[in-house]
Amino acid sequence: MSRQTSRLDAKKVNSELLTLTYGALVCQMLKEQENSDDVNKQLERIGYNMGVRLIEDFLARTSSNRCLEMRETADKLQQAFRLYLNMQPTVTSWSSAGDEFSLVWDQCPLSEWVEMPNNGLKYCALIPGAIRGALQMVQLDVQCWFVQDQLKGDAVTELRVKYIKRLEDAVPAGED
Amino acid sequence: MADDILFDLLHSEIINYALEQSKENGNKKEVDLSIVEYIGFAAGYKIMERLTREWPRFKDELDTMKFICTDFWTCIYKKQIDNLRTNHQGVYVLQDNGFRFLTNFSNGHQYLEFAPRFVAYTCGLIRGGLANLCINSVVTAEVQSMPSCKFHIHVQRTFALTSVWPSTGSDRSVETSCDQLCGKDPFFGEIIAAKSTSPTSTHLFKAEQFTSVQPRK
Repeated sequence: MSRQTSRLDAKKVNSELLTLTYGALVCQMLKEQENSDDVNKQLERIGYNMGVRLIEDFLARTSSNRCLEMRETADKLQQAFRLYLNMQPTVTSWSSAGDEFSLVWDQCPLSEWVEMPNNGLKYCALIPGAIRGALQMVQLDVQCWFVQDQLKGDAVTELRVKYIKRLEDAVPAGED
Repeated sequence: MADDILFDLLHSEIINYALEQSKENGNKKEVDLSIVEYIGFAAGYKIMERLTREWPRFKDELDTMKFICTDFWTCIYKKQIDNLRTNHQGVYVLQDNGFRFLTNFSNGHQYLEFAPRFVAYTCGLIRGGLANLCINSVVTAEVQSMPSCKFHIHVQRTFALTSVWPSTGSDRSVETSCDQLCGKDPFFGEIIAAKSTSPTSTHLFKAEQFTSVQPRK
């Protein structure tokens, strides 16, 4: 049968479905919340929740060791991007203290087929959220924000990651 | 290309988001899953357009359903539908004995009450996909024991000529889709009209009226 030859590629379909589902979610949020800052915050939190669970999968799959400095962390992040989104962001613009770097990419599966309204929405806010959540689970407190965004007309998308502090093991508040 | 686990995580976060929204709106008891269903619909509508782009035209409704059960399902849920039944009057029952979003749960009855949350997206996905193929339907799901799930598709023949973007909830915009074109074609219109003589209603929904259809290998 001719249909047998035109089988769909499951991996591709899944990836497209993720993109479209994410798009539908963002649309839905924009309809329910007028303020796009609120949407950014919600997306960031959704990303955070995903990151918290994603790190387990990452550690189980890659069996990587603890990172001793930010350069190793940057490598791992790059590896995670390759593993989960099949993209290869470059790590650049290290600060002299070595506690701040940029991830730069020019194509992201999440932002395929997206046209942006001009209202301050950060479409990919999921990603910095996920990074923050994942790194928090390995006791790294970081800050992530977009410096450039392709969807806003920049040539590339640049995500800045800044090391804040190491989280120490401590007795949770109220349990002493 | 994104990894599968991202989709799983996003799916559960969408449910989370819907739960929070319905809490904010003051629904303590009932969980409003229409957001989840709607997101599924929007995604299904768009993905179907991409999937069927280079596909031969479907012979009839049953052929479309078979496509959903085999190729569509394999891509998204990693397996075919285990059983497809129909009464040949617009009601289809798709049974999946190991539904992807439910396989991680305990097999007992412990979390049965939460199952609807995890099938709402898929109901929307099927409905959206069919809507793009000019089949307007109502899709409901039924979970009796944990990893298995039955999807009931009721095709709404009366609306066969205009599939309308749903406008549930706040002010979701109404868009008409593909079918102005089909509507203008008198031949197409006749076929639909001839088909719509026997309306479906729930009393037709008896087990003996269903005949099994073997999904394509």
